[in-house]
Parts: sequence; structure tokens; C-alpha cells
Amino acid sequence: MKEKVLMKGNEAFGETAIRCGCRFYFGYPITPQNELTEYMSANLKKAGGEFIQAESELAAVNMAYGAACSGGRVLISSSSPGIALMQEGLSFMCSVQVPLVVINVSRGGPGVGSIQPGQADYYQATRGGGNGDYHLIVYAPSSIQEASDTIVKAYDVAEKYRNPVMVLADGMLGQMMEPVSLPEMKEALAEEDIPKVKPWALVGHKDQRPHNVIKSLYLQTEQLEETINGYWGKYETAKKELPEYEAYNLDGAEVVMVAYGSTSRIVLEAIDLLAESGIKAGLIRPITLWPFPYNAFDKIGSSTKAVVSVELSKGQMLDDILIGSNGRWPAAVVSRTGGVLIYPQEVADRVKELLEGGKLNGKSV
Amino acid sequence: MEKVFEYTRGMLDVKLTYCPGCTHGIAHRLIMETLDERGLLGDAIGVAPIGCSITSHRYLNVDMCESAHGRAPAIASGIKRVHPNAAVFTYQGDGDLASIGTAEIVHAAHRGEKFCTFFINNAIYGMTGGQMAPTTLVGQKTTTTREGRSEAACGKPLRISEMLATISGAVYVERVSLDSPANVRKAKKAVHKAFEVQEKKLGFAFVEMLSTCPTNWGLSPVASLEWLRSNMMQYYPLGVFRNPEEVM
Amino acid sequence: MAFKGIVEFDEDRCKGCEMCASACPKKIIGMSGHVNSMGYHPAGVEKKDECIACASCALMCPDGAIKVFKEN
Repeated sequence: MKEKVLMKGNEAFGETAIRCGCRFYFGYPITPQNELTEYMSANLKKAGGEFIQAESELAAVNMAYGAACSGGRVLISSSSPGIALMQEGLSFMCSVQVPLVVINVSRGGPGVGSIQPGQADYYQATRGGGNGDYHLIVYAPSSIQEASDTIVKAYDVAEKYRNPVMVLADGMLGQMMEPVSLPEMKEALAEEDIPKVKPWALVGHKDQRPHNVIKSLYLQTEQLEETINGYWGKYETAKKELPEYEAYNLDGAEVVMVAYGSTSRIVLEAIDLLAESGIKAGLIRPITLWPFPYNAFDKIGSSTKAVVSVELSKGQMLDDILIGSNGRWPAAVVSRTGGVLIYPQEVADRVKELLEGGKLNGKSV
Repeated sequence: MEKVFEYTRGMLDVKLTYCPGCTHGIAHRLIMETLDERGLLGDAIGVAPIGCSITSHRYLNVDMCESAHGRAPAIASGIKRVHPNAAVFTYQGDGDLASIGTAEIVHAAHRGEKFCTFFINNAIYGMTGGQMAPTTLVGQKTTTTREGRSEAACGKPLRISEMLATISGAVYVERVSLDSPANVRKAKKAVHKAFEVQEKKLGFAFVEMLSTCPTNWGLSPVASLEWLRSNMMQYYPLGVFRNPEEVM
Repeated sequence: MAFKGIVEFDEDRCKGCEMCASACPKKIIGMSGHVNSMGYHPAGVEKKDECIACASCALMCPDGAIKVFKEN
């Protein structure tokens, strides 16, 4: 078993990225992810990398675009309103197909919101907060260990799909400390090797090839459509290859809760509380939020009377649950928002009330 | 037969789509001639703005990327971190740089970023059809200042070179003009100096080029050159505002 | 003059902006009667023997339509 270290989530995210060969980080202070920006300012240089504290998240995502389109392996991170400022840049990077990992240590919203954990950026992450036809591939780890493993995976997926990948964490994951075993240090792609691995990258044509151009504007509409259709297949492939989820206690479950990230761990405790009062509850934990694991719902048994979305928002993942349920069960939301955490007892009580109170008689609440 | 002037190989053999008499074509040529003469074409990476010259990558024979409006200096900062020895430059108009991109250009100068920015000031938005830019002169008619720009409503035009010259990281700041052969020659010297500053890693190099926009000014190309001389040059004096000793 | 200036105009690139004509110190550049493929009247040197090969025209051409040579 590899050696484990006790680490704050935000710092583990940064250290993992460095060990993945990320050598470029551009960030801006925003709670609750400051420790990540601070960690990179102190440790990236030691690994031979470059750090800039940008003038805004808007500048940071564009610095990331510059570094990524010239072949660098990049990490950027922020929290909810900062991620909102990055949306144009993320849409742009999808349009020109450059790899990136972006971490959202999300907090209460909308607007300035609060600085406690939130999951109200689900729509923004999975439906796209920028303009045009594109998708971010979105992972939602529920522990610091899983977040570290996810970041390693995110870089491989980002490079393979040539698409930004978002790791949607939250204030809890960013701030708490847990033992984590970190990946081995991976050497970064050397500057001179970039063209071999990324022939499209901007490195200077050295008078040996036609110049590389990375462009997003298409004044001829057919050309833009052709370009989009050209890379759209990768999203179909992603839908086949990437969906991931965990299912727990589904057999014989009377109700199945659906929850991601740190909220899923609160639901696990609620399941035990419900069991004490004779109600068997199960959990589906989506790990990829886009592409969403709709097939998970086929694992739900005939004993289940309802599905319940447990999230820290007014109910955004509910849309995907309704798609996955496909009318087979009524669905409801049990949630708190604004940065308020929902506790296991409250989850258990409200689910019990839904089941016994007849609120779910055949229709979604 | 001795060659006196031939189109630089830094410009690709493609017809430019800019309007007749648009001085973008001159600015493009000067930058590419300079890169060619300094043996940097193969090591150059350019960032095109949002504006008429977003299509400059069709003409400039260097690796290039497009940018979101105003973000070129941030993009160039990212590029320069990956390729510290590349000749990195941004090419931006006054809408891109002096309006939506002011934070990025100020902070690139503030960080002393080691790339060059070539700022095309033609006192108007070209691509979108002639709206007021921050550099539009008081009294100048545009599609959003139909009675002429009013100082009371929209303030006085922004003098970007003077503004950036107050920032220590901007070690070389000069304003030139593309209105005459003599000024075009001086402008080219400034482009050379900007890349010299970058090669010597001294800090941020900035060259503002007074330019014309015949179509949106509603003047002929030649009359536009005259308008530039009698109006823009009065408000935007040419000259060097910051000059590092190492590059005389 | 000990040499002869020769100016070549690429009529297909010229957009008839006349900036070369206004820049020519000898005032020997004029706009031709015919139009090119883009519908512009291309520029040309009318009094070829007065050209001093100063290349002012080429410096002011935004479209790379002008080449200048010197023949001794």
C-alpha cells in the first residue's frame, strides 16, 4: 500500500496535478479554493513549472488557453462565481479542441453567494455555461483520494478527447483533510517534444512546416457546422466510454437516493438511519456528471417506489434523474442550498415523510 | 537588376481581405518584415484579436491563434510561459485593447510580460461597422456617436501609450504612425526595437500605430491619411514614452 | 540618373486605394482605365523613366502589390 499523507483537499488537488506533469497554473484568489492557488504558487516553480496570479479568472482561463494551445499541460481552478467568469474561455477552448483540467471548488450561489459548500453549479457544469454547442466532461469525486485519482484520469481524458475536463468538487472536499496516497511524480512533456505529441500546438514553425493556426471564428457558416460535426463524434464516444457511477444497497430498496460528491457520504449515513426505522434505502452515486450514467437506473429493482435527488441546490441533478428514470418512478428532491449543509438525520426524516406522507403517489414532487 | 523592395516572405501569398487603403496591411507587413530580418519567423507565435485583423492568421506566416475579445495579452502570457524563447506578440485594435481588454493589457505591462504588443489605433470599431471606440476623438462621428463623440457623455479619448508608460513593467512604449513613407520607416524601427526588447528579456514592449479606417470614417484612403495627420496626430503625439537604456 | 527605377504592380492585388500615387514624390503613378478581377482600377507608373526607385509607393501599399527594382 502506498504511503498515505494527511492533506487538505485543495492542496492534494494541486500536488496531484503537479505529479501528473502539469507545469502551468493560473489562478485568482477566491474562497473556498485559495489553498490550491497558494499551494501552486509555492510548489509549481520547484517542479520546474510556471505560476501566474492573474488579474481575474477571466484572464486566468485565457492564460490557460494560451499555455494549452502552445502544448503545455495546464491546471486552473476557482469557485462558482469565478468559474462563471471562465465560461467564455471554456467554450472557446472546446471550439478549438485544446485539453485542460479545471477544478470548481463550488460554493453557495447564485451571484456572490456564500463561501460554504454548494452544488448549485450542476447546470452550469453539465449543460454548459458558455455559448454554442459543446460539452465539458465533468467528474464529481466524493473524497480527497477519489479527487486525486480523478485528476490523474482527467488529464488522460482531456488529452485523449482534446477537450477541457472539469473536476466538480465543493467547499467540503476543498477544505477538509483526509489521508491520501498521491500518484508517482510524472515528468512533464519537454518543450522540444511538444510537436511530436501535439503536432497542432503553437511552437513556431521553425521554417519546417506550414504555420499552425488555432481559430474559432468561421465566417462561412457551413465551415463552422462542418467543424462542429467533425469533432461531435468524440462526445458520442464519451457517452459510450466514460459514464461512471457507484450503486449501493439497491436490492430490495424501497427508495433510491441519488447524490454525488461529498453529499453522497451524508446520504450513506442517512441510509443507516432509515434502516433503523425499517426503511431500506439505496444510493446511486454518479461519478461522471457529464456524460451522466443514465444506465445506472436500469439497476433499480421492482421493490423501489421512488427516487430522490439529494443535492445542495434547489434541485438541478433532478433533471438527469428524470431522464434516467424515464417515468418508471416518481422523483423528488431533498436538498438545502445557499451553502447550508444537509445533515443525515434531515435527509432520513424528509425521505421518510415523502414515503409515508403519500406525497409520492405516482407523481414527481 | 537590383531589388529595392519586394514583399516579405513573412506575408503568405494570399490576397488580404481588408478594405482598400486599410493600413492593417502595412502594419502586418512591417511586423513580418522585422521577424524575417531578425530570423524569427520560425520561432514566432502571434495572437490575433477580435476585430478586422482576427483574420490576420491567413496572411502572417507564423504560428498564430485567435483570442476572445480583449484577452490576447493574457493568452500571450500563457504562451510565453510554455515557450520563454519564442518571439511572442499580440496584434490588437483599439476596441480589443483599449475597451474590453484594458485589464489584460494593463496587467501584462504590470507584470512586465516579455512579449510585444502592436496596438492598431484607428479611433473606431472596424469589424462591427463603425461604432465609437475609447480612442474615438471628441466630435468624431461614429454609428454610436451620430452627432459626434461628446466629452460630457463619453469622456475624452484614451491615450493608451501614455497610460501604459506609467507602469514600470512597460519598459518600451512608443507611438508611431502609418500615414506616410517616412513614418512607416520609423514605425518599422519601433517594431525592431520591440522585438529586441523581447529578445533581451527586458520587459513589456508596446508599439501604438496610428492607423486609418477609410470605410468607417467615410473617407477615401488618401483623405483618411490626411484626416489622421490633421486630427489624430494632434491628440495622439508620436514619440517614445518609455525606452530602456539597453536598447538605444 | 546613373540608374533606372522599375516598379512592378500586381494588378490583381491592387484595390485602387491610390495611397501609392499620393506617396510618390515624383507624382508619376496614376490609376489605369481598366478594372481588375475585383473591380478596382489598378495603379501603374505612367512616366517610367522618371522613377527614382525610392519605393515610397511600396511602403504605403497595404496589399503587397508593388515590387521596386533598380537597373544600373
